[in-house]
Amino acid sequence: MDDDRHDITLTVNGTPYTRRVESRLLLSDFLRHDLALAGTHVGCEHGVCGACTILLNGEPVRSCLMLAVQANNQKISTIEGLASKDGSYHPLQQAMHDHHGVQCGYCTPGILMTMSAFLHDNPSPNEDEVREALSGNLCRCTGYQNIVDAVMSAATQMRG
Amino acid sequence: MKPAPFKYIAVTSLEHALALKAEHGDDARFLAGGQSLIPAMNFRLARPAILIDINGIGALAGVTFNGTTRIGALTRYRALQRDPAFSRLVPLIGEALPHIAHPQIRNRGTIGGNLSHADPASELPAIALALRARFRVQAAKHERWMEASDFFTGALTTDLRSDEMLTEIDLPSQRSRTGSCFMEIARRRGDFAIVGVAAQVTLGDRNECTDVRLVFCGVGETPVDASPAAAILIGHAPTGENLRDVAASVRKMVEPAGNVHATADYQCHIAGILAERALQAANRRVRDGR
Repeated sequence: MDDDRHDITLTVNGTPYTRRVESRLLLSDFLRHDLALAGTHVGCEHGVCGACTILLNGEPVRSCLMLAVQANNQKISTIEGLASKDGSYHPLQQAMHDHHGVQCGYCTPGILMTMSAFLHDNPSPNEDEVREALSGNLCRCTGYQNIVDAVMSAATQMRG
Repeated sequence: MKPAPFKYIAVTSLEHALALKAEHGDDARFLAGGQSLIPAMNFRLARPAILIDINGIGALAGVTFNGTTRIGALTRYRALQRDPAFSRLVPLIGEALPHIAHPQIRNRGTIGGNLSHADPASELPAIALALRARFRVQAAKHERWMEASDFFTGALTTDLRSDEMLTEIDLPSQRSRTGSCFMEIARRRGDFAIVGVAAQVTLGDRNECTDVRLVFCGVGETPVDASPAAAILIGHAPTGENLRDVAASVRKMVEPAGNVHATADYQCHIAGILAERALQAANRRVRDGR
């Protein structure tokens, strides 16, 4: 079969991009290979691990379960856009650092994207709600407790 | 772990989608939320030649309440979770939503996509049977309505023909004094159920059971309607010894295959326990007026 290609225009972290993509290209691979935004990690590639979680119009989704062509005219946010432009950490990033919520770091971008959207929806969560929100992100290092602590601490911080 | 090549066509009208499906038949697949189809394509278990992306058909998404509750096939789980009126009117689905995968999946996954995928461990097919849902199925040149109980014909298999799409789910309005409960046992939150159950009970003036629905997921090739096993409750209070009798006949009725997480014996055992607990909770909710 000839390559089936489409022109797409989308916004990633506020920057507009126009690219020509093969229809079978996954959004995760598009971000990593075509846009060189390799902070979005690829683990299982079938929607289980959560490492590739990005925000699609503000809501967390698996970028390995979307085609790049489906992102046409959409707004995407990735881990590269989480910190401030001056390089200072998002409160979640700082809290993950402070609470040792990062060990190997492979799952971290997906967790940060998931939890930043979660705290936007629910600024005052309890620990059970945090665990529920975290349930779609696998971490094989930390045992989760430090991540939960970090999110609870970030929530307090962000409420001001 | 990358999909095989295919031709991608994004449509914005149902007519266009159905015309393409009529033309290409089984070579084409509809792409809705993609939370089951894309993984299957990544594994190359599915290799459609043509992918018809229906996400642009706005008319297929949304819920209307007009005597009955109608859910457009393209409605996403998350949209239902964010609609408090929906969970009040259809508490059985409202209670099950948090069990369906994870937040990231619920942001994309659709009701029609879930039902059309017909995973035997999935919650919604069992709930559709419990609620006596009716499905609207459309093709370019015809449409039909069918009972949920006729829709699921096997594991990952439905009665849909190669030119058809499930477009709408119609839930009859609940009778008064009706309560429901959804429960499941899974290894971890969001995992597929080892056993799940959707129960609904209607009580008469003397708190006797006048109608009961009891449908399981995860214990057969399709959702398993165990309502006949619960019919012994009709005319009696759905409590105590009566519920233990239901549990015993459920255990005789279901024939789970067992899997890597649970033996068939364990699934049978759990099915009985869930039947008893879910019916008890549904009964209590009617009596408490919830």
